[in-house]
Amino acid sequence: MSRVQLAWVALLAGGFGTYLIRASFLAMAHRVAQIPERWRTPLRLIPPAVLAALIAPAVLRPAGVVTLLGPRPLAALAALGVALWTRSVIATIVVGLAAAIGLEALFG
Amino acid sequence: MTDQGEPLGPAPSVRAGVVAMLPITVGVVPFGLIAGIAATDAGLGLAEAVGFSVVIFAGAAQLAALDLIGRDAPLLVVIGTVLIINLRMLMYSAGLAPRLADQSRARRLAGAYWLTDQTFAVSIVRFDDDRAAPVARWWFYTGAGLALWSVWQTSTIVGVVAGETVPEVVPLGFALPLAFLSLLVPTLTDRPAVVAAVVAGTVAVAAAPLPANAGMPLAAVLGILTGWLLSAREDRKVRA
Repeated sequence: MSRVQLAWVALLAGGFGTYLIRASFLAMAHRVAQIPERWRTPLRLIPPAVLAALIAPAVLRPAGVVTLLGPRPLAALAALGVALWTRSVIATIVVGLAAAIGLEALFG
Repeated sequence: MTDQGEPLGPAPSVRAGVVAMLPITVGVVPFGLIAGIAATDAGLGLAEAVGFSVVIFAGAAQLAALDLIGRDAPLLVVIGTVLIINLRMLMYSAGLAPRLADQSRARRLAGAYWLTDQTFAVSIVRFDDDRAAPVARWWFYTGAGLALWSVWQTSTIVGVVAGETVPEVVPLGFALPLAFLSLLVPTLTDRPAVVAAVVAGTVAVAAAPLPANAGMPLAAVLGILTGWLLSAREDRKVRA
């Protein structure tokens, strides 16, 4: 399967499944629609866990070797500071990219 | 019942939904741009980028899928990641359902397509605001969804075009983890969330060499379980 074909299968299947999730409770709104209390915590923890699992290897292991003091980790650290401080998406991405370019040049 | 007069009609309700959503779309534009750029970066074209944005219409899931496709992850890992990230929408669906219970089933099923973090937040806030004029709920929700949808598709297309013209020195692939970072920070609201993120991140780095990108879903599941255990223990302490 080519990458383009894989992308189409993934987006159609992922989109269909996502629609079923969206429609789940809305489809039966006339009945009692409640998520049990005990399932709320794991649902709430999905975004932080998944996002961290995507970020960490891209930052700390960009080329297959764990690097803590390279351009990427330091640039990500700067971006994290900006994200915590400003909560601005644009500022986070711009500062992170600029830092990566600068540090990449510095580390050569 | 508070005396707020007659509810707004369909057209003013749609307008109220668009107006409520507009300020929020400003924060959505960068993600739409990155969704377009990431598609190009993963070796895909405009058709695929727009396909993702129209069919899936969910920022974090789209970006994660594009990230994985760019790293040649297997199909099932890509689809599974999209679904896991979007599982949170169960909560939105459950939150919205009782508030749209008086609407026809056809309207509720059509409206499900618009359901996102943003439409949910904007709609719930308005529906539960006793001081604001009552709106025709489904129309308000649809107006908010339409505004978000238009901005999302437009910024995806701009991202594809812009991604092809950005100079080589800008490490555009790195924009993706940075976008995830800005999504991550607001979710770190308490200890279980921070622990889930730290565990997932650490395991993901350690398990990165596993074949088929299996390290990512494994790390996410371990992070969620650890945070869940911690949260259950904290609850018991509060009760004790």
